[in-house]
Amino acid sequence: MHRRISEYIIESLIRLSGFLVIAFVFLIFLFLLRDSLSLFKEYKIGEFLFGRNWLPISEPPKFGIVPLFLGSIYVTAGAIVICVPVGIAAAMFIAEVAPTFLKNILKSLIEILAAIPSVVLGFIGIVWLSPYLKQTMGLSTGMCGLTGSLLLAFMALPTIISISEDALVGVPRAYKEAAFGLGATRWQALWRIVLPAASPGIIAGVMLGIGRVIGETMVVMMVTGNSPVVPTSILQPLRTLTATIAGEMGETVSGSEHYFALFAVGLVLFIITFIINFIADSCLRRARK
Amino acid sequence: MVKETVIKTVNLNCRYGALQVLKDLNLEIHRNEIFGIIGPANSGKTTFLRALNRLNFLNASYSQDGEIFFADKNLKNICDNILRKRIGIIFALPQVLPVSIYNNIAYGPKVHGIAKKDAIEQIVEESLKKASLWDEVKDRLDSPAMKLSGGQQQRLCIARTLAVEPDVILYDEHCSGLDPISTAKIEDAMQQLKETYTQILVTNNTKQAARVSERCAFFLMGELIELDETAALFTEPKDKRTDDYITGRFG
Ligand SMILES: Nc1ncnc2c1ncn2[C@@H]1O[C@H](COP(=O)(O)OP(=O)(O)O)[C@@H](O)[C@H]1O
Ligand SMILES: [Mg+2]
Repeated sequence: MHRRISEYIIESLIRLSGFLVIAFVFLIFLFLLRDSLSLFKEYKIGEFLFGRNWLPISEPPKFGIVPLFLGSIYVTAGAIVICVPVGIAAAMFIAEVAPTFLKNILKSLIEILAAIPSVVLGFIGIVWLSPYLKQTMGLSTGMCGLTGSLLLAFMALPTIISISEDALVGVPRAYKEAAFGLGATRWQALWRIVLPAASPGIIAGVMLGIGRVIGETMVVMMVTGNSPVVPTSILQPLRTLTATIAGEMGETVSGSEHYFALFAVGLVLFIITFIINFIADSCLRRARK
Repeated sequence: MVKETVIKTVNLNCRYGALQVLKDLNLEIHRNEIFGIIGPANSGKTTFLRALNRLNFLNASYSQDGEIFFADKNLKNICDNILRKRIGIIFALPQVLPVSIYNNIAYGPKVHGIAKKDAIEQIVEESLKKASLWDEVKDRLDSPAMKLSGGQQQRLCIARTLAVEPDVILYDEHCSGLDPISTAKIEDAMQQLKETYTQILVTNNTKQAARVSERCAFFLMGELIELDETAALFTEPKDKRTDDYITGRFG
């Protein structure tokens, strides 16, 4: 009897925490939506979504999100182009090629990498990476999209590597033996059999890595130059959605148009991250089937 | 009639770490025969098969000495992937790949450099016919191979092995998970294949060895106890341990 009651309590607690998580996400969304809608009472939603100028303190103010959105896309796309191939290759190396002792060293190194605070990376970006890029590529300033992309790629790597490595290791040995038994070389087995079999897990890892890149604020605020103009190249200073919110929130008057505009930016960010996590999740679910 | 020897082992010893699994094995396998190997679990039958195509070496703790010859060539002088193309293996559990029926078979030829689509299509059809599976799957070549029944999957694995045109096929208790009807179909397929291939059949089912093989070896704890024409081995075994095993008195 006692057993039944305690089990009932534990079960209810678990269920409650589950519901709480859902409720929190939903409330955050509602909260963002409410404040964003306050903006659109006074400011046209079309001008917000398609405006090419972000000038919050001019008269009249302009809240066009295009430069920020593109800034995020440039930096993120740059980071993806760098971290996806590097991350997958590293995972393949750790899972299939590296001898055990090297494997263990690399795995703990990657854990350490994941634990570096982003401020520290931003700091490295300012004092070392950006002057280096400026010099070697002959840029007018090293505080640009590429610097941000490189650092973000670095931040996404641990996620991508460790999840992809799990996926590769999880491929049944039987597949590999079947491939070898037919006379495949190690590379052929890896490329044609193991990699496709692990692909749902790898995609999920990549998506989670990308989610981290899009949501990251500190690094991009420190190294991308913070200039809210429509970027034409990744080598220019630019500004992302996240950096805009973090940078301007302190200067706004609560309840002002600018204040609500920042919430609208937050809503856009929320929706993007939500979509990416959703895709990652469905990939993982497919992988488990 | 002088029989041509395809595989020959000379004083073959196999070990996992310190554990000796095969001891001083000397035997010869003739072209186009079905060679049966029987023996209780852990007597080294699987290890023997996997020594012939060097799959054992995927295991880091494995070592061997002695010589193995394939078509008069020392295995040491044959490249692993060429050797495994010529000596194919069918595992105990059907190891189909998580792709379509067609692609399961197309994989081997592609690995060995055949790229033309119609050439591969032809190989797929021929291999499935030889493995007596064509009629059952010809209308659904693009469906996932995992959806086939156990017996069909095992015949698919045979077809896949045939697709790379081996000389020798190794079977490792490949009917152990199958019902009698599927087993009978597979044994039929093996009889069809006799004209073209040398087949080595490891089985835990002594009756199957008696039915299918022409010569048969009895392995016990890593040693070759007896090797004879199958009829002779099963009717008048020379060694008492063989007799005990085939009459079911131990193992
Ligand atoms: N991968 C392995 N690592 C260590 N020992 C093994 C391995 N595979 C087989 N063995 C050992 O080798 C012996 C022979 O095994 P095996 O060749 O599988 O016999 P059989 O196929 O006749 O059952 C057994 O004692 C088994 O425990
Ligand atoms: Mg075995």
